[in-house]
Amino acid sequence: MWRYIGRKLFVYLLTFIVAVTINWMIPRFMPGDPVQSMLSRAQVSDPEALEAMTSYYENLFGLDSPLYEQYLNFWWGLLQGDLGISVMRYPEPVTDIILGAVPYTLALLLPAILLSWIVGNRFGAFAARSKILDNTVLPVGYILTATPYMWLALLLAWSLGIVAGIFPASGGYSFSLRPEFSWLFVSDLIAHWFLPFLSMFLVALGGWAIGMRNMIIYELEADYANYLQALGAPRKLIRRYAFRNAMLPQITGLAVQLGTIIAGSLLTEIVFNYPGLGSLILDSLNNRDFFLLQGVFLFVVVGVLIANFIIDIVYVLIDPRTRVQMTGGSS
Amino acid sequence: MTSVAGASGTADSADSPKPVGERRFSETLHFARRNPKLLIGLGIVLAFLLLGIIGPFFVGHDPNEYVGPQTQPPSGEYWLGTTTFGQDIWAQFVYGLRSTFLIGVFGGGVAFVIGTAVGFVAGYKGGIIDEILNMITNVVLVLPAMVVLIVAIAYLEARGLFVQGLFIGLTSWPWAARAVRSQALSLATRDYVDLARLSGRRTWKIITTEIAPNMSSYLVMSFILLFGGAILIAAGLDFIGLGPAGGVSLGLMLQSASQWSALQLSMWWWFIPPGLGITAIVGSLYILNVGLDEVFNPKLREL
Amino acid sequence: MTLRVNDLKVYYQTLRGDVHALDGVTFDLADGEIMGLAGESGCGKTTLGKSMIRLDSRMRHVGGTIELNGKDVPIADDNAMVPLRYHEISLIPQYAMSALNPTRKIGRMVNELLRARGVRPADIADELNRRLELVGLDTDVLNRFPIELSGGMKQRVVMVISTLLDPSLLIADEVTSALDVSTQRAVAESMVEFRDRGYVKSMIFVTHDISLVYQMADTIMVMYAGHIVEKAPATTIINEPKHPYTQMLIGALPEVGSTTVQGRLEGIPGTPPGLLDPPTGCRFKDRCPMAFSKCSEQPPLVEIEPGHWAACWKTG
Repeated sequence: MWRYIGRKLFVYLLTFIVAVTINWMIPRFMPGDPVQSMLSRAQVSDPEALEAMTSYYENLFGLDSPLYEQYLNFWWGLLQGDLGISVMRYPEPVTDIILGAVPYTLALLLPAILLSWIVGNRFGAFAARSKILDNTVLPVGYILTATPYMWLALLLAWSLGIVAGIFPASGGYSFSLRPEFSWLFVSDLIAHWFLPFLSMFLVALGGWAIGMRNMIIYELEADYANYLQALGAPRKLIRRYAFRNAMLPQITGLAVQLGTIIAGSLLTEIVFNYPGLGSLILDSLNNRDFFLLQGVFLFVVVGVLIANFIIDIVYVLIDPRTRVQMTGGSS
Repeated sequence: MTSVAGASGTADSADSPKPVGERRFSETLHFARRNPKLLIGLGIVLAFLLLGIIGPFFVGHDPNEYVGPQTQPPSGEYWLGTTTFGQDIWAQFVYGLRSTFLIGVFGGGVAFVIGTAVGFVAGYKGGIIDEILNMITNVVLVLPAMVVLIVAIAYLEARGLFVQGLFIGLTSWPWAARAVRSQALSLATRDYVDLARLSGRRTWKIITTEIAPNMSSYLVMSFILLFGGAILIAAGLDFIGLGPAGGVSLGLMLQSASQWSALQLSMWWWFIPPGLGITAIVGSLYILNVGLDEVFNPKLREL
Repeated sequence: MTLRVNDLKVYYQTLRGDVHALDGVTFDLADGEIMGLAGESGCGKTTLGKSMIRLDSRMRHVGGTIELNGKDVPIADDNAMVPLRYHEISLIPQYAMSALNPTRKIGRMVNELLRARGVRPADIADELNRRLELVGLDTDVLNRFPIELSGGMKQRVVMVISTLLDPSLLIADEVTSALDVSTQRAVAESMVEFRDRGYVKSMIFVTHDISLVYQMADTIMVMYAGHIVEKAPATTIINEPKHPYTQMLIGALPEVGSTTVQGRLEGIPGTPPGLLDPPTGCRFKDRCPMAFSKCSEQPPLVEIEPGHWAACWKTG
């Protein structure tokens, strides 16, 4: 058990180191002067402030010290939670800005992922039941997974938001409100949350439904299913087994799909102007605020790694095969 | 027991005088012609491909040029209407289709080459090489590709279609490597591969002549998935504003529509066609893949 | 008479037409009889085994009847077969190693299966434990997952599960081919024991290994290309086979109990005919050293001496 977890942890640690190294390398090895290109876009009129910023960033990049020292300094800052100072919201630290956006992104991501997974699995299992269902659910599922996240978001924002006017199509909450814990604000928050959530939920749903449908069909052809059929067991029992066994690869699928879904949430947020990490990325790109961009990158990577680890643990707890092997069963 | 060929208990009795390879081919073709998923998927993809190839020849101007009146809904003159700047959306659409297929072929191609190479070598060689390649695959697999791409491409001064494709390829190969590896692993232990190995053939020769042909259908399907995936990733990057500078693509069309308030102005003709194009192409590719799977995999065939 | 199969025809549907896997098979199986069913792969023996419990989606019942304990077995009607399955006719599959749901504890799976078949698990729990012990398993296996058991253990568990409701007919399909020699023996012996104790009334033991079946079976039936060529008591088949095919099959074995030393292993030259468009007349005639003009007519299966049936013009 510990061997397995240790192995996984090693891969995640390695991934983290690779991600940090990429993060450190890109501004230094890409052509052009990052500081100049950043500040040229920052539209700072006060020359004194510009001076201060230039020297701050020059110092931060530490371009005059040897490479290995720059690298080690980078890690040192990182381990203290220091991701630098934002350019577009100077002098606000990148970490603070990101922490302000993370709750919005999580509020979209977690329900969208979990609900689409649960509902998608049900749908897929349902589709494998008959030819007619299969022939309708399958194409719909494939079309949904093929839909670019931002396009479905645009369609929903336009149809339900602007044309029908049922839901607000932009922002995290109304401009007229201040964040507070009141019924008015919370309901406003939920109204703004709904369309981006629905959009992500629908796109992700298709993939899960298809995955489940394919796994179930595979399981229904497995030897144990044939044996039970030969002994006259009802379809219901066999389906129940197949569903449970098909769930296991779907849990692994959750880990594999995580990156895609996160990318989808970033794109969806941009369409809805939702104040999460996606909008932050767009802003930082438009303002060439590379510190912020890289900070978001690291946050996302760490989030993905943590989620992967949680999924690994859940899988071990659910699949008797791995569990048995780990506790050292016979044979 | 001696000769047991020509068995009858299974469906594949060898009684036809034709050589096995040829018969299998004609059988595959037989199923292919009768598979609606394959035919519909292929038909839609080819139709869009044709439109992307031929369409631009009938557009007499640059797709980004301001040619017509501004903010026109679709009409006889401008089939898909015009943008707020008076650009012809039909022209952008057919050019965009072209770059969508290009990015699919190129991005998917790079990913396919890396993925299959890593997968084959890992699966065939085994041992420490497998361990190392597996580790690399896992690391790249866990990294969220899109976010890495955003950071990497953001720093690039000159962005073109091919650079974008290259970067997409570099980040989206791992699952293909995994899939190919597990297939190669099972094939590498077969008798005929052992035989080839004993006779002293080179590794790459064995892989290309003995292993790859036996999983060719699998490889085709992997490429199609990578192709579709590359199109979706590219569209996402374009939408964030990291697309080819000054180029035309379906993703860039979505970006400018979103950026210039097509939503608020209810200019549906600006943002519906490009998204529909992407969805139709990628969706058809996926359905085509299901069809191929049914044709190649006898277990899934229906009589 | 337990089982009476009459002119059974089951074809496989394929693209190129029907494969005549069982083309008019007639035989009886007595109460308490263990019959070995032998032949080369593809002769139809597995098809025959499957036909009696569940046709797969490509198999089609073309003609003939099966009677079990005087009642018709409606093999073409999947739903009507359900009450018979497990209670009357049961199966130990070829794939016994993977026949158990990998994510359920064995005991729980058995209970769920029993309940689904209208049997209260509690009523049968003692019997289950007793039988597990009989085949040399700890009753603790019920608390384990299949992955925790060795291949031989899984095989025996499946054997116990399949026979738990005391079926009239058990079909054991190549149950020993995946096992090592000593386990093979143990499994074969337990099967005989099960019959002796009345857990199963009679048994068809499908195998390609005649030497194994000789040690446990009462009778042996040999099939060739969808037809029965010979059925007789085991010792008769081994020592005095009458059909040329059986003779060559026995001749191809290294040693079968008897002390007569064969000079060398003799293979049978040629290949069995394809069953998509089977030849008329005797199906073995192209490989048969004794073939003569009469063989272009199909030889009937006739009882040449009590309990010994053969389908050959030379023996008839």
